[in-house]
Amino acid sequence: MDLSSFAAAFGGGILIGLSAILLMIFNGRIAGISGIVSSAIFSDRKLTDKKFTDKKSSDNTDDETGPSWQWFFITGLVLTGVIYALVYEQLGLPVFEFDSVSRPMLLIGGLLVGLGCSLGRGCTSGHGICGIGRLSLRSIVATCLFIAVAACTAVFTH
Amino acid sequence: MMKASSMKRKASALLCGVLFGTGLLVSGLADPAKVIGFLDVSRISNGSWDPSLMVVMTGALAVYMSLFYLVVKPRIGTNQAPVCDVKYHLPEKKTLDSQLIFGAALFGLGWGMVGICPGPAIVNLATLDINLGLFVVAMLFGLYIGKLLKSAQLDLVKVS
Repeated sequence: MDLSSFAAAFGGGILIGLSAILLMIFNGRIAGISGIVSSAIFSDRKLTDKKFTDKKSSDNTDDETGPSWQWFFITGLVLTGVIYALVYEQLGLPVFEFDSVSRPMLLIGGLLVGLGCSLGRGCTSGHGICGIGRLSLRSIVATCLFIAVAACTAVFTH
Repeated sequence: MMKASSMKRKASALLCGVLFGTGLLVSGLADPAKVIGFLDVSRISNGSWDPSLMVVMTGALAVYMSLFYLVVKPRIGTNQAPVCDVKYHLPEKKTLDSQLIFGAALFGLGWGMVGICPGPAIVNLATLDINLGLFVVAMLFGLYIGKLLKSAQLDLVKVS
Protein backbone atom coordinates (compact mmCIF):
# COMPACT_ATOMS: atom_id res chain seq x y z
CA MET A 1 0.00 0.00 0.00
CA ASP A 2 2.64 2.50 -1.05
CA LEU A 3 2.00 5.88 -2.57
CA SER A 4 3.28 4.80 -6.01
CA SER A 5 0.52 2.24 -6.46
CA PHE A 6 -2.02 4.98 -5.75
CA ALA A 7 -0.32 7.28 -8.25
CA ALA A 8 -0.28 4.48 -10.86
CA ALA A 9 -3.94 3.71 -10.19
CA PHE A 10 -4.88 7.38 -10.57
CA GLY A 11 -2.79 7.85 -13.73
CA GLY A 12 -4.17 4.65 -15.24
CA GLY A 13 -7.68 5.79 -14.36
CA ILE A 14 -7.11 9.11 -16.15
CA LEU A 15 -5.99 7.22 -19.28
CA ILE A 16 -9.06 4.96 -19.13
CA GLY A 17 -11.38 7.96 -18.71
CA LEU A 18 -9.64 9.81 -21.54
CA SER A 19 -9.96 6.83 -23.87
CA ALA A 20 -13.65 6.40 -23.03
CA ILE A 21 -14.57 10.06 -23.51
CA LEU A 22 -12.54 10.32 -26.76
CA LEU A 23 -14.51 7.37 -28.17
CA MET A 24 -17.69 9.30 -27.28
CA ILE A 25 -16.45 12.62 -28.70
CA PHE A 26 -15.12 11.15 -31.95
CA ASN A 27 -17.36 8.15 -32.62
CA GLY A 28 -20.35 8.81 -30.36
CA ARG A 29 -19.90 5.36 -28.84
CA ILE A 30 -19.89 3.94 -25.30
CA ALA A 31 -16.53 2.38 -24.40
CA GLY A 32 -18.07 -0.72 -22.83
CA ILE A 33 -15.71 -3.61 -23.37
CA SER A 34 -18.29 -6.39 -22.98
CA GLY A 35 -20.56 -4.69 -25.52
CA ILE A 36 -17.70 -4.03 -27.94
CA VAL A 37 -16.49 -7.66 -27.75
CA SER A 38 -20.01 -9.02 -28.07
CA SER A 39 -20.92 -6.93 -31.11
CA ALA A 40 -17.54 -7.55 -32.76
CA ILE A 41 -17.93 -11.32 -32.55
CA PHE A 42 -21.68 -11.91 -32.49
CA SER A 43 -22.98 -8.98 -34.53
CA ASP A 44 -25.84 -9.74 -36.92
CA ARG A 45 -23.74 -8.22 -39.65
CA LYS A 46 -21.52 -11.27 -39.49
CA LEU A 47 -24.30 -13.78 -39.06
CA THR A 48 -26.16 -12.67 -42.15
CA ASP A 49 -24.98 -12.39 -45.72
CA LYS A 50 -23.23 -9.08 -46.32
CA LYS A 51 -25.56 -8.35 -49.24
CA PHE A 52 -28.47 -8.19 -46.83
CA THR A 53 -26.96 -5.57 -44.55
CA ASP A 54 -29.78 -3.32 -43.43
CA LYS A 55 -28.99 0.02 -44.99
CA LYS A 56 -32.23 1.55 -43.80
CA SER A 57 -31.25 1.22 -40.16
CA SER A 58 -30.14 4.66 -39.01
CA ASP A 59 -28.03 3.00 -36.34
CA ASN A 60 -25.93 1.25 -38.90
CA THR A 61 -23.19 3.75 -39.70
CA ASP A 62 -20.51 1.11 -40.02
CA ASP A 63 -18.69 0.73 -43.25
CA GLU A 64 -20.01 -2.29 -45.08
CA THR A 65 -16.53 -3.42 -46.04
CA GLY A 66 -13.82 -4.73 -43.75
CA PRO A 67 -13.87 -5.34 -40.01
CA SER A 68 -16.11 -3.17 -37.83
CA TRP A 69 -14.74 -0.37 -35.60
CA GLN A 70 -15.13 -2.73 -32.64
CA TRP A 71 -12.38 -4.94 -34.04
CA PHE A 72 -10.06 -1.93 -34.24
CA PHE A 73 -10.70 -1.08 -30.55
CA ILE A 74 -10.03 -4.72 -29.59
CA THR A 75 -6.83 -4.69 -31.68
CA GLY A 76 -5.68 -1.63 -29.73
CA LEU A 77 -6.36 -3.41 -26.42
CA VAL A 78 -4.52 -6.57 -27.49
CA LEU A 79 -1.63 -4.48 -28.83
CA THR A 80 -0.96 -2.95 -25.39
CA GLY A 81 -0.90 -6.46 -23.92
CA VAL A 82 1.61 -7.55 -26.57
CA ILE A 83 3.85 -4.56 -25.81
CA TYR A 84 3.61 -5.32 -22.08
CA ALA A 85 4.55 -8.96 -22.72
CA LEU A 86 7.60 -7.80 -24.69
CA VAL A 87 8.94 -5.26 -22.19
CA TYR A 88 7.90 -6.35 -18.68
CA GLU A 89 11.11 -8.29 -18.04
CA GLN A 90 13.44 -5.43 -18.96
CA LEU A 91 11.38 -2.92 -17.00
CA GLY A 92 10.91 -5.16 -13.98
CA LEU A 93 7.12 -5.02 -14.21
CA PRO A 94 4.97 -7.67 -12.50
CA VAL A 95 3.92 -10.92 -14.18
CA PHE A 96 0.20 -11.60 -13.94
CA GLU A 97 -0.82 -15.05 -12.66
CA PHE A 98 -4.11 -16.67 -13.60
CA ASP A 99 -3.76 -19.86 -11.57
CA SER A 100 -4.89 -18.57 -8.18
CA VAL A 101 -8.28 -20.21 -8.73
CA SER A 102 -9.03 -23.73 -9.99
CA ARG A 103 -9.97 -24.30 -13.64
CA PRO A 104 -13.62 -25.15 -12.92
CA MET A 105 -13.84 -21.86 -10.99
CA LEU A 106 -12.22 -20.00 -13.92
CA LEU A 107 -14.75 -21.49 -16.33
CA ILE A 108 -17.75 -20.79 -14.11
CA GLY A 109 -16.41 -17.30 -13.38
CA GLY A 110 -15.92 -16.58 -17.08
CA LEU A 111 -19.40 -17.83 -17.93
CA LEU A 112 -20.94 -15.67 -15.19
CA VAL A 113 -18.95 -12.59 -16.27
CA GLY A 114 -20.08 -13.02 -19.90
CA LEU A 115 -23.71 -13.84 -19.13
CA GLY A 116 -23.97 -11.15 -16.45
CA CYS A 117 -22.49 -8.41 -18.66
CA SER A 118 -24.79 -9.39 -21.51
CA LEU A 119 -28.00 -9.46 -19.46
CA GLY A 120 -26.94 -6.44 -17.38
CA ARG A 121 -25.95 -4.65 -20.59
CA GLY A 122 -22.54 -3.51 -19.38
CA CYS A 123 -19.45 -4.20 -17.33
CA THR A 124 -16.97 -2.21 -15.25
CA SER A 125 -16.25 0.15 -18.15
CA GLY A 126 -19.70 0.55 -19.74
CA HIS A 127 -21.61 1.00 -16.47
CA GLY A 128 -18.83 1.95 -14.03
CA ILE A 129 -17.26 4.71 -16.11
CA CYS A 130 -19.35 5.68 -19.15
CA GLY A 131 -22.70 5.13 -17.43
CA ILE A 132 -21.90 6.75 -14.08
CA GLY A 133 -20.08 9.48 -16.04
CA ARG A 134 -23.43 10.35 -17.65
CA LEU A 135 -25.20 9.98 -14.27
CA SER A 136 -27.31 7.13 -15.62
CA LEU A 137 -29.54 5.65 -12.90
CA ARG A 138 -29.29 2.17 -14.44
CA SER A 139 -25.49 2.31 -14.40
CA ILE A 140 -25.25 3.69 -10.85
CA VAL A 141 -27.47 0.87 -9.54
CA ALA A 142 -25.71 -1.81 -11.63
CA THR A 143 -22.22 -0.65 -10.55
CA CYS A 144 -23.07 -0.50 -6.83
CA LEU A 145 -24.61 -3.96 -7.10
CA PHE A 146 -21.82 -5.70 -8.99
CA ILE A 147 -19.08 -4.20 -6.80
CA ALA A 148 -20.96 -5.23 -3.64
CA VAL A 149 -21.59 -8.77 -4.94
CA ALA A 150 -17.98 -9.06 -6.17
CA ALA A 151 -16.63 -7.95 -2.77
CA CYS A 152 -18.83 -10.47 -0.91
CA THR A 153 -17.86 -13.23 -3.33
CA ALA A 154 -14.14 -12.41 -3.04
CA VAL A 155 -14.36 -12.52 0.75
CA PHE A 156 -15.92 -15.99 0.69
CA THR A 157 -13.82 -17.53 -2.11
CA HIS A 158 -10.35 -16.13 -1.29
CA MET B 1 -16.62 10.83 -48.23
CA MET B 2 -18.48 8.07 -46.37
CA LYS B 3 -15.43 5.92 -46.80
CA ALA B 4 -13.11 8.56 -45.30
CA SER B 5 -15.22 9.06 -42.16
CA SER B 6 -15.44 5.31 -41.70
CA MET B 7 -11.65 5.12 -41.77
CA LYS B 8 -11.46 7.95 -39.22
CA ARG B 9 -13.88 6.05 -36.95
CA LYS B 10 -11.72 2.96 -37.15
CA ALA B 11 -8.51 4.92 -36.55
CA SER B 12 -9.94 6.63 -33.47
CA ALA B 13 -11.26 3.28 -32.19
CA LEU B 14 -7.76 1.83 -32.51
CA LEU B 15 -6.23 4.80 -30.67
CA CYS B 16 -8.86 4.57 -27.92
CA GLY B 17 -8.18 0.84 -27.58
CA VAL B 18 -4.46 1.52 -27.10
CA LEU B 19 -5.17 4.25 -24.51
CA PHE B 20 -7.67 2.04 -22.68
CA GLY B 21 -5.34 -0.96 -22.56
CA THR B 22 -2.46 1.22 -21.35
CA GLY B 23 -4.72 2.58 -18.62
CA LEU B 24 -5.69 -0.93 -17.50
CA LEU B 25 -2.04 -2.03 -17.37
CA VAL B 26 -0.74 1.12 -15.62
CA SER B 27 -3.56 1.17 -13.05
CA GLY B 28 -3.12 -2.46 -11.94
CA LEU B 29 -6.63 -3.46 -12.98
CA ALA B 30 -5.14 -5.93 -15.46
CA ASP B 31 -3.61 -7.93 -12.56
CA PRO B 32 -6.20 -10.34 -11.10
CA ALA B 33 -4.22 -10.71 -7.86
CA LYS B 34 -4.42 -6.95 -7.33
CA VAL B 35 -8.15 -6.92 -8.13
CA ILE B 36 -8.83 -9.69 -5.60
CA GLY B 37 -6.64 -7.82 -3.09
CA PHE B 38 -9.06 -4.91 -3.52
CA LEU B 39 -12.36 -6.83 -3.66
CA ASP B 40 -11.54 -9.04 -0.66
CA VAL B 41 -12.42 -6.44 1.95
CA SER B 42 -11.92 -8.97 4.79
CA ARG B 43 -8.21 -8.12 4.41
CA ILE B 44 -8.92 -4.82 6.15
CA SER B 45 -8.80 -6.71 9.45
CA ASN B 46 -5.17 -7.77 9.00
CA GLY B 47 -4.06 -4.62 7.21
CA SER B 48 -3.33 -6.28 3.83
CA TRP B 49 -6.28 -4.73 1.98
CA ASP B 50 -5.26 -2.83 -1.18
CA PRO B 51 -7.62 0.12 -1.67
CA SER B 52 -5.61 1.67 -4.54
CA LEU B 53 -8.02 0.44 -7.24
CA MET B 54 -10.70 2.75 -5.87
CA VAL B 55 -8.60 5.58 -7.24
CA VAL B 56 -8.79 4.14 -10.79
CA MET B 57 -12.49 4.84 -10.91
CA THR B 58 -12.01 8.27 -9.33
CA GLY B 59 -9.50 9.30 -12.01
CA ALA B 60 -11.49 7.84 -14.88
CA LEU B 61 -14.77 9.40 -13.74
CA ALA B 62 -13.16 12.81 -13.15
CA VAL B 63 -12.05 12.91 -16.80
CA TYR B 64 -15.15 11.27 -18.31
CA MET B 65 -17.78 13.17 -16.37
CA SER B 66 -16.24 16.61 -16.77
CA LEU B 67 -15.68 16.24 -20.52
CA PHE B 68 -19.09 14.62 -21.01
CA TYR B 69 -20.86 17.58 -19.44
CA LEU B 70 -18.52 20.20 -20.93
CA VAL B 71 -18.29 18.85 -24.49
CA VAL B 72 -20.70 16.02 -25.32
CA LYS B 73 -23.91 17.08 -23.52
CA PRO B 74 -23.99 20.59 -25.07
CA ARG B 75 -23.41 19.07 -28.52
CA ILE B 76 -26.26 16.59 -28.03
CA GLY B 77 -28.44 19.46 -26.79
CA THR B 78 -27.82 21.46 -29.96
CA ASN B 79 -28.23 18.41 -32.24
CA GLN B 80 -24.59 18.27 -33.26
CA ALA B 81 -23.02 14.98 -34.31
CA PRO B 82 -19.82 13.40 -32.99
CA VAL B 83 -16.62 14.27 -34.90
CA CYS B 84 -16.54 11.10 -37.03
CA ASP B 85 -20.13 9.84 -37.02
CA VAL B 86 -23.62 11.06 -37.89
CA LYS B 87 -25.07 10.62 -34.39
CA TYR B 88 -24.37 9.73 -30.77
CA HIS B 89 -25.20 6.12 -29.94
CA LEU B 90 -26.50 6.29 -26.36
CA PRO B 91 -28.51 3.55 -24.61
CA GLU B 92 -32.26 4.00 -24.97
CA LYS B 93 -33.19 2.23 -21.74
CA LYS B 94 -33.57 4.66 -18.82
CA THR B 95 -35.48 2.71 -16.16
CA LEU B 96 -34.44 -0.15 -13.94
CA ASP B 97 -35.56 -3.68 -14.79
CA SER B 98 -35.05 -7.12 -13.32
CA GLN B 99 -32.73 -8.16 -16.16
CA LEU B 100 -30.30 -5.35 -15.25
CA ILE B 101 -30.31 -6.34 -11.58
CA PHE B 102 -29.97 -10.06 -12.32
CA GLY B 103 -27.20 -9.45 -14.88
CA ALA B 104 -25.20 -7.11 -12.62
CA ALA B 105 -25.44 -9.63 -9.75
CA LEU B 106 -24.19 -12.49 -11.96
CA PHE B 107 -21.33 -10.33 -13.24
CA GLY B 108 -20.36 -9.43 -9.66
CA LEU B 109 -20.36 -13.11 -8.72
CA GLY B 110 -18.04 -14.04 -11.58
CA TRP B 111 -15.77 -11.01 -11.10
CA GLY B 112 -15.42 -11.73 -7.37
CA MET B 113 -14.53 -15.37 -8.05
CA VAL B 114 -11.65 -14.73 -10.46
CA GLY B 115 -10.84 -10.99 -10.37
CA ILE B 116 -10.99 -10.60 -14.15
CA CYS B 117 -13.52 -8.37 -15.93
CA PRO B 118 -13.87 -8.13 -19.75
CA GLY B 119 -11.27 -5.38 -20.44
CA PRO B 120 -8.37 -7.04 -18.58
CA ALA B 121 -9.39 -10.41 -20.08
CA ILE B 122 -8.79 -9.05 -23.60
CA VAL B 123 -5.61 -7.11 -22.72
CA ASN B 124 -4.14 -10.24 -21.12
CA LEU B 125 -4.71 -12.42 -24.22
CA ALA B 126 -1.12 -11.60 -25.18
CA THR B 127 0.18 -13.55 -22.16
CA LEU B 128 -0.91 -16.71 -24.07
CA ASP B 129 -1.77 -18.13 -20.64
CA ILE B 130 -3.93 -21.25 -20.92
CA ASN B 131 -5.99 -20.39 -17.82
CA LEU B 132 -6.75 -16.90 -19.10
CA GLY B 133 -7.65 -18.45 -22.45
CA LEU B 134 -10.15 -20.77 -20.76
CA PHE B 135 -11.67 -17.79 -18.94
CA VAL B 136 -12.06 -15.84 -22.20
CA VAL B 137 -13.68 -18.78 -24.01
CA ALA B 138 -16.15 -19.21 -21.11
CA MET B 139 -16.80 -15.44 -21.09
CA LEU B 140 -17.54 -15.40 -24.84
CA PHE B 141 -19.87 -18.37 -24.37
CA GLY B 142 -21.65 -16.43 -21.61
CA LEU B 143 -21.96 -13.33 -23.80
CA TYR B 144 -23.44 -15.48 -26.57
CA ILE B 145 -25.97 -17.19 -24.26
CA GLY B 146 -26.97 -13.75 -22.97
CA LYS B 147 -27.45 -12.46 -26.50
CA LEU B 148 -29.65 -15.46 -27.34
CA LEU B 149 -31.72 -14.98 -24.16
CA LYS B 150 -32.21 -11.28 -24.90
CA SER B 151 -33.34 -11.87 -28.49
CA ALA B 152 -35.66 -14.70 -27.37
CA GLN B 153 -37.21 -12.29 -24.87
CA LEU B 154 -37.56 -9.65 -27.58
CA ASP B 155 -39.40 -12.16 -29.79
CA LEU B 156 -41.76 -12.93 -26.90
CA VAL B 157 -42.54 -9.24 -26.50
CA LYS B 158 -43.23 -8.94 -30.24
CA VAL B 159 -45.56 -11.97 -30.20
CA SER B 160 -47.61 -10.86 -27.19
